[in-house]
Amino acid sequence: MSTGGDVLDKTPERHLREPWDELRLPEGRAFSYQRAGATFGIWVFIASEVLFFGALFLLYTAMRLEHAADFAVAARETNIVYGTLNTALLLTSGLFAATASQASEQEGCRRLTLGCLTATVLLGLAFMVVKGLEYREDIERHLVPGADFALKAPATQLFFGFYWLSTAIHAIHLSIGIGLVVRLIWKEWRAPGFLFENPQVEVAMLYWGFVDMIWIVLYPMLYLGGRGG
Amino acid sequence: MSGASSDASTLANPRELDLGLPVSYLGDGYSVASWLFTTDHKRIAILYALSITFFFFIGGAAATLVRLELFTPQGDVVGADTYNKLFSLHGIVMVWFFLIPSIPTTMGNFLLPLMIGARDLAFPKLNLISWYLNMAGGLLTLAAVLAGGIDTGWTFYVPYSTVFSNTFVTLAVLGVFVSGFSTIATGVNFIATVHFLRAPGMTWFRLPLFVWSMYTTSLIFVLATPVLALTLVLVIAERTFNLPIFDPARGGDPILFQHLFWFYSHPAVYIMILPAMGVISEVITCYARRRIFGYSFMVYALVAIAVIGFFTWGHHMFTSGMSPFAALVFSFLSFIVAVPSAIKVFNWTATLYRGQIGFESPMLYALGFLGLFTMGGLTGLFLASVPIDVHVQDTYFVVAHFHYIMVGASVSAYFAGLHFWWPKVTGRMYPEGWARFAALLMFFGFNLTFFPQFIAGYLGMPRRYYTYPPEFQVWNVLSSSGAAVLAAAYLMPLGYLTWSLFYGARALNDPWNASGLEWRTTSPPPRQNFFGNPQVLAPPYDYHPEATPPGDESRIAEEGALT
Repeated sequence: MSTGGDVLDKTPERHLREPWDELRLPEGRAFSYQRAGATFGIWVFIASEVLFFGALFLLYTAMRLEHAADFAVAARETNIVYGTLNTALLLTSGLFAATASQASEQEGCRRLTLGCLTATVLLGLAFMVVKGLEYREDIERHLVPGADFALKAPATQLFFGFYWLSTAIHAIHLSIGIGLVVRLIWKEWRAPGFLFENPQVEVAMLYWGFVDMIWIVLYPMLYLGGRGG
Repeated sequence: MSGASSDASTLANPRELDLGLPVSYLGDGYSVASWLFTTDHKRIAILYALSITFFFFIGGAAATLVRLELFTPQGDVVGADTYNKLFSLHGIVMVWFFLIPSIPTTMGNFLLPLMIGARDLAFPKLNLISWYLNMAGGLLTLAAVLAGGIDTGWTFYVPYSTVFSNTFVTLAVLGVFVSGFSTIATGVNFIATVHFLRAPGMTWFRLPLFVWSMYTTSLIFVLATPVLALTLVLVIAERTFNLPIFDPARGGDPILFQHLFWFYSHPAVYIMILPAMGVISEVITCYARRRIFGYSFMVYALVAIAVIGFFTWGHHMFTSGMSPFAALVFSFLSFIVAVPSAIKVFNWTATLYRGQIGFESPMLYALGFLGLFTMGGLTGLFLASVPIDVHVQDTYFVVAHFHYIMVGASVSAYFAGLHFWWPKVTGRMYPEGWARFAALLMFFGFNLTFFPQFIAGYLGMPRRYYTYPPEFQVWNVLSSSGAAVLAAAYLMPLGYLTWSLFYGARALNDPWNASGLEWRTTSPPPRQNFFGNPQVLAPPYDYHPEATPPGDESRIAEEGALT
């Protein structure tokens, strides 16, 4: 990683931001130190996010323990085809995200990095489209909690309250992720070489991976309940 | 000379003008934009100081009206609804827009990089964004107040806040939610800074205890705040989109809200007290001219309080109908958290032992902290035991207890730190006589306000009512009179500290002859914090080094000393 100065002799220190530019370390070390700091920062933020979603999962656990039968009834009403398709889309996007993160650190991998980032965004957008189709179907089938809710069992509304809330929160997170990746692509397009060894790629991809992982937990909670056996 | 580089060229005396010193951070631009778009941690600390002072006096004004109403048993100043809105405003503003950000975002922002020999926090832009988020949250909450107020109390308990209250709950809750991002960002920033930007030689067990307190507070910021964020999202979702979540009529569980809320809000108490403990450790060592007693145990105690604090939330819910076994466990854990707190109090006391104690104003505030914190902590043990808690649940006993911790202890420590580091922050000395008088008045006013509430509460006066039976009037008159004294004591620093900005004497680099790295630069420091690269050669609190006999050290630095 300390080769950054040789490869990019145009403006070698351009990735060093304050206060990392004043550590009085050799440039290569300062750069890797800044990178470690940025990655560490996003890991701490992800720890925070884990507690955010942890509270959400606790809510689900408590409600499902109290209303096990109703939750099984309600979970059978979600569209497992859309849900499974979305899981596949998001997991594949995670593969491209991880590849982009690795590729950005290799010399001569600019096209690969850009291609993987683009694929990540497209798969993320595809997830949103499928989610939109699913939402439309849910609304048509009166699965929005309220006066004309389709199911009779009392706590099924509780399940769908959780369904709408958790998928909406996840979609907001995914939109932020899409925005971050689009920004990276835009920056690279404007200034070629921007992504090379830039810690922002790994930071954005770690966040993307986290949002993936949340979906992996949400998927069985929302789609597989009541469908076993 | 702990913490100072042996290289004399890295030190400077502001009186010697020909040293070619860089301008101080205060002189580094005078436009409004140079403040509002700064990434300098010191300027951001000043921005925070201005905003929390603003919120402190708003919350204080609401408390003044509450105490005015309670002067007589009848409701003659405000009606029931207004009273509910006043104490809700007081609680929400004081907790989220004064106490939680108070020490971390002002002194923490300013001092954390200085104390570890860094140029800035790890993510300076994120730091600025935190301030804007904090302001946005505060203004949203104030907008709710201007729109007509909120009457749920600061706890937003459901189903009242979701189903019944017709006030502007969503707006206020949204404000608190937004400010949560600000605290999380600050926490991430502080943790990364301590991990990555310590100066050479500044090992983990050479960190000043203030830095440790910021680190442990940040852990709580990062791990507790998101739970509150989600809880508030649930309240907003239930109110705005009519989703069934906590509504018992539709199968929801309102007790679940209490669990989620207190999972944040009990650790939040430690967000308010851990930074105070950090300040006190700095002040007491300096004015007793003593090394801190049991440094490593002070560190372990901070960590233990932060960790155990996550597992005691149930003691807020003993009367919610929880399982007696759960109550037993939460009660036990609440007693356990008293152990590290007691370690800290004993160690501060032991630090004073055989010290050359000076009674300058920061020390007066710090000694006040010791007494008030002990009082608040001991009454906390009353409340941790289930039978007494059931007896005094929702009475003024609880109000008095948490005010002893959150106002008595935390705010005393805030003022101790404010006076202690005022010369470093502003480059000016404040009038010491006025400061001592304010410190004593604050201690007296505080006790007069809140001690009678212990008695009223123990006799059965419930909280959150605008009227009360006449037999409690004597305690309430005492309390309201104390509040008037306290208000005067809080206004005094606003006056004399502002005065000192313009007319105070120029401060030395190290006016207290203190040992920390933050005193090894000019007062006020330059944008880059230090000249050259600071190196740390000794543990913190190096007062009375082993070789020198006690009694030879001057308390006040000599004029123009190169510290």
